[in-house]
Amino acid sequence: MATVSFREDRCKGCELCITVCPEKIIVLADHINAMGFHPAAVVEMDKCKGCAMCARMCPDVVIEVVKEEKQA
Amino acid sequence: MAKVMFKRPAALTDKQFHYCPGCTHGIIHRLVAEVIDEMGIRDHTVGVCPVGCSVFAYDYFNMDMFQAAHGRAPAVATGIKRTLPDRMVFTYQGDGDLASIGTAEIVHAAARGEKITTVFVNNAVYGMTGGQMAPTTLPGQKTTTTPKGREKEAAGLPVKISEMLSTLDGAVYVARVSVHDPKHITQAKKAIRKAFEVQQAGLGFSLVEVLSTCPTNWGLSPKESLKWLADNMLPYYPLGVYKEPAEVK
Ligand SMILES: Cc1ncc(C[n+]2csc(CCOP(=O)(O)OP(=O)(O)O)c2C)c(N)n1
Ligand code: SF4
Ligand code: SF4
Ligand code: SF4
Repeated sequence: MATVSFREDRCKGCELCITVCPEKIIVLADHINAMGFHPAAVVEMDKCKGCAMCARMCPDVVIEVVKEEKQA
Repeated sequence: MAKVMFKRPAALTDKQFHYCPGCTHGIIHRLVAEVIDEMGIRDHTVGVCPVGCSVFAYDYFNMDMFQAAHGRAPAVATGIKRTLPDRMVFTYQGDGDLASIGTAEIVHAAARGEKITTVFVNNAVYGMTGGQMAPTTLPGQKTTTTPKGREKEAAGLPVKISEMLSTLDGAVYVARVSVHDPKHITQAKKAIRKAFEVQQAGLGFSLVEVLSTCPTNWGLSPKESLKWLADNMLPYYPLGVYKEPAEVK
């Protein structure tokens, strides 16, 4: 299980995170943020692998990724 | 147990970047900041930013920063490093700044073997001023000053900075990387780290050329820009390590 969080007010809707997500679970929301961009969001969080490719591709450091690791 | 896979590096301030949507300057800033964090050198690092779209980088890097006159960052960095030799000193420069108005400064800083590190952002245009041709603009590439595409007869062929500087003895680490996908972003970060390590070891001048996008002036979407970089810039600007001292191999 991983949790991907977006600082929505910082997102410029560039779609680069969407382009690289291997699970194709990121979309642009219908609403707009204060800058007038449609912010990115994850739709099916349970499919997220926690790979952080989205966060590494984001030019605006909008995304944080936290992964729950199984206890050994 | 929750493990943080990605979070904002401490070497970046919390200020929002002013860059256009999808501009990869932001990725390159973040990679430099991550390397500074991972090496634990933030309290004794000084950055010098250029004139160009990254002119405000002093607001984004969370450390001592200077802002140099156009093209003069390597000269300013030389002064800082020679006065405070225990500091890690880097310049961050675009291709208009470094490869045109600042050609003399970068060539001679490299020739002198100044113990500084340069992060050279090659996006094949003058971004800030509206997309004019840069020395790095590709043959046939349309810009506001080459509306029919860059012509060899009139403008010559693009300057290959990494190849050129690696002929100088003082330049001891020179690499060209790209940030058009996550795999290349990881490789780019490794090269930036090596360049800083070369400086830390006092070996000489180090430079990492990073191929970057300018969606606004290329007239493409951010996604199309990544593809344009891969299809057009990679063949002309081969990635790789052009020079590497044995000490850091
Ligand atoms: C002495 C001087 N000459 C010219 C300019 C105009 N100018 C500002 S930025 C720039 C080029 C910027 O291009 P680049 O270095 O490639 O950076 P980018 O904006 O693409 O990141 C120029 C020519 C200036 N500010 N000062
Ligand atoms: S962490 Fe990986 S799988 Fe999850 S949203 Fe980001 S890119 Fe997609
Ligand atoms: S890459 Fe970043 S700025 Fe671009 S859409 Fe995704 S979260 Fe927003
Ligand atoms: S003009 Fe080009 S280089 Fe400058 S911020 Fe916009 S996309 Fe980036």
